[in-house]
Amino acid sequence: MPCRRPALQFQTERLVTVHWINHHHGRLDSPVHRLPAAPKLGVALVIIVATVLAPVQWRAWFIGVAGLLVLAMLLSRLPLFFVFRRLLVLSPFVLGVVLVNTFQPAGRDKWLAVAVKSVLCLLTVILVSNTTPFSQILRVLKSIRVPALLITTIALMHRYLFVLMDEAERMRRARASRTFMRGRRFHWRALATVVGQLFIRASERAERIYDAMCARGWK
Amino acid sequence: MHIPDGFIDGKTAAVTAVISAVGVGFALRQVRRELPPRRVPLLGLAAAFLFAAQMVNFPVAGGTSGHLVGGTLVAALLGPSAAVVVVTTVLIVQCFLFQDGGVLALGANVFNMAILNSVVGYMIYRMVCHWLTGIRGRVTAIAFAAWCATVLAAISCAGQLAWSGTIPWSVAFPAMATVHMFIGVGEGLISALVFLAVYRARPDLITETAQTGQPQRLGELVRYGLLATLGVAIFVAPFACSWPDGLDSVAVKFGFGHKMAPLLPAPAPDYQVPGIHWAIGATAVAGAAGSLIVFMLALLMGRWLVPKPKDL
Repeated sequence: MPCRRPALQFQTERLVTVHWINHHHGRLDSPVHRLPAAPKLGVALVIIVATVLAPVQWRAWFIGVAGLLVLAMLLSRLPLFFVFRRLLVLSPFVLGVVLVNTFQPAGRDKWLAVAVKSVLCLLTVILVSNTTPFSQILRVLKSIRVPALLITTIALMHRYLFVLMDEAERMRRARASRTFMRGRRFHWRALATVVGQLFIRASERAERIYDAMCARGWK
Repeated sequence: MHIPDGFIDGKTAAVTAVISAVGVGFALRQVRRELPPRRVPLLGLAAAFLFAAQMVNFPVAGGTSGHLVGGTLVAALLGPSAAVVVVTTVLIVQCFLFQDGGVLALGANVFNMAILNSVVGYMIYRMVCHWLTGIRGRVTAIAFAAWCATVLAAISCAGQLAWSGTIPWSVAFPAMATVHMFIGVGEGLISALVFLAVYRARPDLITETAQTGQPQRLGELVRYGLLATLGVAIFVAPFACSWPDGLDSVAVKFGFGHKMAPLLPAPAPDYQVPGIHWAIGATAVAGAAGSLIVFMLALLMGRWLVPKPKDL
């Protein structure tokens, strides 16, 4: 679309960065995708807990988990480049701590352990969340008796997340096509108005949703 | 401030998970009791709003950009219990769906960002509102509260990392505190601007419970306060009492972080006094002075943003 990137000051990027949301591979099909959700989540949780708690000396465990994850990743047909990029995007914190710890005396072993653990856990969650539909995760949460109010909230948030992000982007585009930037101060106020308006629209939508839910028999 | 997996060890994960579960359970009970059914979908929508708002980048000097954290803002708009539920939901979805923040670290993240940030922010907001009335006072209050809550959450995060043995306290505390003192200024400014925008367009949307502090909310706030104090006592207090070294650098960084040195030269001699007791005192004085300066900034901003209180 031609109006995506108006050449105005401070307008070189989208208001809402959605680049990583578009890369969700929940719709692929593979043996890993077809596994029942509850055992898959359970195994993932066990792997994460054991990996975090494992002492550094358990080399075999880390290698085993890494092998298992790579196997699952190959079976799941997720694009390798996608997984690799997700790891990179999510690693600034890890890299930062690694840098901080290199300045510590005798910190090298520790940071290596921290980096390995956190990458393995990250890989596990990336795999599970990209091979399990969100509705099934919610069903598992319900079966382990997470309060219904929390589940309703999570489900509604997931449902309207992308709607609201589109709305924010539409509002940004509308504003960019009508106003010129007078400087940074003005820009902050304009953006804050957009965010405030987003809250107002979210509240109004919530009221309509409640009416619709009641009309469909929600108690 | 999202802690990934691997940075938190078993005992910290367990303790934070228990404290967060108690806090969130209490918030859910409170919300179920006082929120009319009509407003239940609002929680989910507010969570989606917060997620979208967190991705709006605000320009900061030098080509970088910051974004909203939002616990205090949501607490001021919807009330503290609803804010705890909303931010917890955002953190859960970020953790499972977008792998932002670890699964085992979820308890720690919920404690720092949902409970500490929202509840303490809300308490400070109410306190300042009690003292400064009108919309001008509210804008001041929310800016100051957001700053305090951001810094406090960062310090708690540093305490958890230090308690896990991942990063030593002498490194984590000054780094997190200093950085978040600057981030907090942006957070306060954005929160105040967004709050003002909502207030000007639809003042009726700001939940009544958040507008008028009813007496029964006192018990609610006391319970949250106890929980927050318990967490801070576990994660931060042990380090505050036994700093072996790096103390001077902490104090100096605190001073720099607040730009305190040119304004308040008096506490500076305290830094030279040897002994842990004095240095803690100096840090506390520096923290108090910094808070005072930020409060003054918030006051000025309130005056600048809201032209005449009588009009509103």
